[in-house]
Amino acid sequence: MIEVKNVFKSFEENDVLKDVSGVFEAGKTNLIIGQSGSGKTVLLKTIVGLHEVDKGEIFYDGRSFTEMHGKARKEIRTEMGMLFQGSALFDSKTVEENVRFPLDMFSDMSMNDRIERANFCLKRVHLDNVNHLYPAEISGGMQKRVAIARAIALNPKYLFCDEPNSGLDPRTSIVIDDLIHEITKEYNMTTIVNTHDMNSVMGIGEKIVFIDDGEKCWEGTNEEILKSDNTRLNDFIFASRFLKQLRAGN
Amino acid sequence: MAFLYQTGRYFLFLRRVFGRPVKHRIFLKQIIDEIDDLGVGSLGIVIIISFFIGAVITLQTAYNIEMPIIPKYTVGLATRDTILLEFSSTIVSLILAGKVGSHIASEIGTMRVTEQIDALDVMGINSASYLVLPKVVAMVFVNPFLVMISMGVGIGGGWISGSFTGVVPSGEYIYGIQYGFIPFYVVYSLIKSVVFGFLIASISGYWGYYTSGGSLEVGRSSTRAVVVSSVQILLFNLILTQLLLA
Repeated sequence: MIEVKNVFKSFEENDVLKDVSGVFEAGKTNLIIGQSGSGKTVLLKTIVGLHEVDKGEIFYDGRSFTEMHGKARKEIRTEMGMLFQGSALFDSKTVEENVRFPLDMFSDMSMNDRIERANFCLKRVHLDNVNHLYPAEISGGMQKRVAIARAIALNPKYLFCDEPNSGLDPRTSIVIDDLIHEITKEYNMTTIVNTHDMNSVMGIGEKIVFIDDGEKCWEGTNEEILKSDNTRLNDFIFASRFLKQLRAGN
Repeated sequence: MAFLYQTGRYFLFLRRVFGRPVKHRIFLKQIIDEIDDLGVGSLGIVIIISFFIGAVITLQTAYNIEMPIIPKYTVGLATRDTILLEFSSTIVSLILAGKVGSHIASEIGTMRVTEQIDALDVMGINSASYLVLPKVVAMVFVNPFLVMISMGVGIGGGWISGSFTGVVPSGEYIYGIQYGFIPFYVVYSLIKSVVFGFLIASISGYWGYYTSGGSLEVGRSSTRAVVVSSVQILLFNLILTQLLLA
C-alpha cells in the first residue's frame, strides 16, 4: 500500500501539486486520471522520488519514503518497477539485455538464471523470438510489453505506469491494460497507473483518483465514476461529443 | 550568475559521478566498451589530422627559414617541438572535444529526454556515475595513447612531406628531430592529455545529463559541450604550461 499525505510540489512560481492526499491499495490497479497538464505525471514522479516533495509525506507500507535517504532509499527502489510513457528502453541494449538489466545490477543470480528469468518475463508479456532485437526494431506496443517485462524482472512490490497507452491503437491499449491488471493480481502488487484514457478507466480502474489543476477532486471506482455529480470530473470524462450524446441519451 | 550556477552544479555533478559503481564487473566492461567507442573510434581522425598537420608544419617551417645560415635540420627540430608541445596534446584534444564531446553529450542528452535516465534512477542506480564515470575513466586512460600516436604520425608525416618534396633531406630531418631532445616535453604533453581527457568527458557528460526538453535541446547541449570543453582545454593549457614549463 502507498499513502500520499498532503503533498505539495511546485516548480519555480508554478504550483503543480496542491495538498494531494490518497491511498493506493495493494493488489489493486489504482488509477490517477486527469487532463494533460493537471499534475498526474508530477504526482507519479514525486511518489517514485524522481521529484522531491516540497511539503507532505509519502509512505510505502508504512515506511516514510520522504524521510529515507541513501541506502534505505536505494533498497526500496529495488522493490519498484516503472513503465514510462515512451517505454524508456535502453537503445544500445537488445530486448533481452533490457529485461536482464535490473537482474544484472541487483541480483546475485548466475548468467543462465538471469537469462532464464528474462525469458520468463518476456513470455509472461506474450513476447517470443524478439530477444536479440533492439528496441528500434520492434513496434510501440511490443516496446511497452518489453518495458513491463523489465519492470517485473525483480518481482517488485510496487508497479508504476505513466500513460501506458499513449501512442498505441485501441486494441493494443487493451492488451497492455489487461497485462498490467493481470500482473497486479498475480503478484499482489500495488500498481499506480497514470492515464487519461477512459477505456482504461472503465476497464481496469479498481480505484481511481481524479486530479484537476494539481488538486485531488474525486476518488472512487470505475463503477462509481459515471454516476458522480462532481462537475470537474464530469467535464473531464464527458469531454468527448460521443460520450456527451451517450449521456444525454441515457 | 549563470556561470556561478553552472560551475557549482558541475562540481556537485562530479561528486555524484565519482560515486561507487553498483557492480565492479559491469563497470569494468563499460570502461572497455568506452575505450573502444571513444578511443579506438577516434584513431582514424587522429591519424589523418596528425599526418597532414605534421606534413604542413614541416613545409611551412622549411619555406619560412630558407636562409643559408640556418641549418636544414632546424626544420625537423621545429616540427618535433611544435608537435610535442602543442599540436598532439592541445590541438588533438580540441578535435576530440568536437568529436567525442558531442557524441557523449548527445548520447546522454537523448537518454535524458527519452526518460532512460529516469528509468535508471527509479531502479536505484546512480545514473550520473553509471553513465559518465566509465567515459571519464576511458578518456583519461586512452587520451595519452592517442596523443602518443599523434606525435609519431605527425613527425612521420613531416618526414614524408620533407623527403618527397625535397625541401628537407631525410638525414637532416632525422638529425633535427633528435637534436636537443628534452624527454620532459613528452611527459608535459601526456600530463596535459590526461587533464584534457577528463575535461572533455566530464564537461560533455554534464551538459548531456542536464538536458531538458526535446531533440532541439539535445543539439544545444551537444554544441555547449563542445564550446565549453574547448574553452576549458585552452584555459587549462595556459595554466599547465605555466605550472610545468615556467
